[in-house]
Amino acid sequence: MREIKVSEITDKIKNMCIDVNLNLSDDMRSALKEASQEEDSELGKHILKQLEKNLEIASSENIPICQDTGMAVIFLEIGQDVHLTGGSLEAAINEGVRQGYTEGYLRKSVVSDPLIRKNTGDNTPAVIHEKIVDGDKIKITLAPKGFGSENMSRVFMLKPAEGIEGVKNAVLTAVKDAGPNACPPMVVGVGIGGDFEKCAILAKLALTRKVNESSEIQYVAELEEELKEKINNTGIGPGGLGGKTTCLAVNINTYPTHIAGLPVAVNICCHVNRHISCIV
Amino acid sequence: MEIKLTSPIEKSRLSELRAGDMVSISGTIYTARDAAHKRMEEALSSGKDLPFDIKGNIIYYMGPSPAREGQVIGSAGPTTASRMDKYTPKLLDLGLAAMIGKGKRTPEVHEAIIRNGAVYFAAIGGAGALLSKCIKECEVIAYEDLGTEAIRKLRVEDFPCIVVIDSTGEDLYLK
Repeated sequence: MREIKVSEITDKIKNMCIDVNLNLSDDMRSALKEASQEEDSELGKHILKQLEKNLEIASSENIPICQDTGMAVIFLEIGQDVHLTGGSLEAAINEGVRQGYTEGYLRKSVVSDPLIRKNTGDNTPAVIHEKIVDGDKIKITLAPKGFGSENMSRVFMLKPAEGIEGVKNAVLTAVKDAGPNACPPMVVGVGIGGDFEKCAILAKLALTRKVNESSEIQYVAELEEELKEKINNTGIGPGGLGGKTTCLAVNINTYPTHIAGLPVAVNICCHVNRHISCIV
Repeated sequence: MEIKLTSPIEKSRLSELRAGDMVSISGTIYTARDAAHKRMEEALSSGKDLPFDIKGNIIYYMGPSPAREGQVIGSAGPTTASRMDKYTPKLLDLGLAAMIGKGKRTPEVHEAIIRNGAVYFAAIGGAGALLSKCIKECEVIAYEDLGTEAIRKLRVEDFPCIVVIDSTGEDLYLK
C-alpha cells in the first residue's frame, strides 16, 4: 500500500489547469499547422493562420488560448494499492481547480445550479470520473471543456440493425448540426457501445487521445479515417466559413454493449482541444 | 480588401456591406452574453431603460477571462450567438446596429436583421488571445455581479470581423 497525500493532487491539478489553458499540446499544434498548409480556401487558410498566431500569443503572453477556459473535466485512474491520506480526494481536486482558475486568471464559467444559475466564482466543482485500476499510482487527466462545442454534442441510441452506417450517419449529423457553432476545425470524440452514460464518457475520453494516434482496433481506425474524410468533405471549413479543414481528427472508443442496443455518443470539441495528463 | 468601420455606426454604412466582406472595427462596442441579455430583457419588460443606449451600437457576444496586471482584458473571443437569438429581435427593433459573435442565427433573427438594416459579424472563435490585443480599454458598466457576464464598454482598434449576415439577409454560412 502506497500512501499519497491528497494535497499533492491539489498542487498537480492547479498547475495543470494553468498550463493546459495557455499551451496547446504538440499534437494539436502540428495538426493545425499541417491543416493551414493544406487548406485550399483563402479565407480558411487565413483563419487557420490566425489560430496559429493566437496560440503563439497565448503561450508567450500568458493569455488563455480561448476565453472559455472550460468546465474542468478530470479523469482519474487510481491504483488499487494507493491509500489517499490527508483529507477528501474530491475536495482536494476542487481545491486544485479553485487555485488554478483563480491564480491563473482563468475564466470562472460554472454556475451552482443549472436553473438558478449563480456563478460559483471559482470554476468549481469539476466533473470527475474515477476508475480503479491495478497498481500503486494515480494517473490524472485534465480536459477543460468549452461549451460552444459541448452544446453541439449528442447521444444517439441506435438499433443494432442500423450498424456501422447508422454510426456514420449519427456522427455526420452531429457535425453538420454543429457547423460554425463548435469553432471548427473540430476534434470529434465518438463513443460506441456500453450504455447511455458509458458511451458519453467514452466519447469524452476519446478527445484526450492524441490527434495523430489511431485506435488500436483496425476496423475502428479505418472508421476514424473514413469519417475524418467525410467530415472534411462537408465544406464547413475553418470557422464554418468554407474549406476542407472541418475536423483535425475523429477519435473513437468502443465498449461491449447489450444485445438490444447500439449507443453512439458524439462529443465535439473545438480546435482548442485541451488535455494534459500526469502520473502521481 | 479590409473595410474599415467605426462604431457607433450609421445604418447607411452597414447597408454597403455584403456577406463575406472582411471588416475591421474601431471605436466603442459593448459586451453582453446570456445572463446580461436576460437582465436587459427583464429591464425592458418592466419599463426600465437599458444600461446603455443601443441605438447605432454594436454588441459583442463575449465574456472575457480576467486581466492580469498590466493587461486591459484577458482572453476575449466571441461566444456562440444562437443563445442570444431569443432576445435579439427586440434589441434590433430598438436600434441595435450590429452584433459580433460566432455561429448560426434563427430565421427570426434573420428577419429582424433585414427589417432593421442591421448586420451580424463573426469574429474568429477560439482566437481569444489574438483578439484581446485589439481591445484598448475595458470598463464594466452594468451588472457587475455577473462577473464575466457583466456588460463591458470596450474601446477597440482594428477589431477583425467577417460579415456573416448582411442587411439584405444574405448569410455566409448558407452560401
